[in-house]
Amino acid sequence: MTVHAHDEHHGLGHVLPVSTLAKVLGALVALTVLTVITGKMDLYGFDLAVAMIIATTKAVLVALIFMHLKYDRGFHGFIFLGSLLFVGVFLAYTMTDTAQYQGDIRQFNQQSVAEELLNPLDDEADPGAGSPPGNEGH
Amino acid sequence: MSSAHPTADAHGHDHPKHLAHHYDTLEQQFEGNKLGMWAFLLTEILFFSGLFVAYSVLRSNYPEVFEFGSKFLNTTLGATNTIVLLVSSFTAASAVRNAQLGETSKLKMNLFITLLCASAFMGIKYVEYSHKYHAGLLWGGNAHSLFNPEAPYVPHGDHATDSLVVQERIAGMEVDESRMFMRNMGRFFGVYFCLTGLHGIHVLIGMVVITWLLRRASRGEFGPDNFTAVDLGALYWHLVDLIWIFLFPLLYLIA
Repeated sequence: MTVHAHDEHHGLGHVLPVSTLAKVLGALVALTVLTVITGKMDLYGFDLAVAMIIATTKAVLVALIFMHLKYDRGFHGFIFLGSLLFVGVFLAYTMTDTAQYQGDIRQFNQQSVAEELLNPLDDEADPGAGSPPGNEGH
Repeated sequence: MSSAHPTADAHGHDHPKHLAHHYDTLEQQFEGNKLGMWAFLLTEILFFSGLFVAYSVLRSNYPEVFEFGSKFLNTTLGATNTIVLLVSSFTAASAVRNAQLGETSKLKMNLFITLLCASAFMGIKYVEYSHKYHAGLLWGGNAHSLFNPEAPYVPHGDHATDSLVVQERIAGMEVDESRMFMRNMGRFFGVYFCLTGLHGIHVLIGMVVITWLLRRASRGEFGPDNFTAVDLGALYWHLVDLIWIFLFPLLYLIA
């Protein structure tokens, strides 16, 4: 039996030292505090970008260390990144599409609201429609 | 192992205790199981991506609604839940280490803390959800929702505070504009409940998995050549944590 030089122990997988795990937890908590602070500030339009950069940094730490991807077979990381790539494709095409038809969407929304106001409830004859309604739920 | 081997009954034959017959070595078995888990995690990410894309489309179309809706989410509770999940991820990763080293009592302790954190997460989630229910901060199709287009819910007493904030926001608007706004607020809470609800279901499933691991750990089943279940359970738990890492800023921290 040959033993890998860097392995803490024999056998399967890689054993992470407690100190590494603790440092990652510390970094994750610190980044959470940071994102709450930056979330309360006005970052002149970069709020979302900053929040996403911090979240991605946290995700990378979790994936690389807690999920062992740094020490694991490259193929597992490939699967993980592959899924994110396809999420990116999904998101990019959908966002392009919704941006393209923005005018139509606005128009449709306005029309449907206008129609709703003209014929408050076409399916139920409710005399109270339109006025501040009573509590029909409970 | 050739198929000509006639001794299907003979369990005294020479292979490691935890090696299933259809694998050659423990390493092959471990790698095979792990590959399967990663393939499953891929489907989980794609599963959630539909809701993330729905979120992105709605937020880009109605940024003012998301900004306003986010005010009704309690940042302190959301941040607390984030920390709780991060700690549970740490204890789950530590549990894998304990299993790899055969430290059964520490393994049980770490799994137990993970389970405790998961319960705390769901407890805090319950506090948040019940507040939203009483205040009528629900998706538009719900009869108990402030944003129900046909018969908006009217809360009373202490529960009316959020409703008043909403009324104040739409006070200066034209009728059609305020209708559109209320409709989109219903959509915001629809996305909120779908995303956090699906995530919450994953937390509950994770709790079942961790309980199962804890039971097996109590029987002393895990050790250096048999920790795959703990490893894969922890991977699932980390994914649940990863999703929340994105949900927290996307929902609670819209400035």
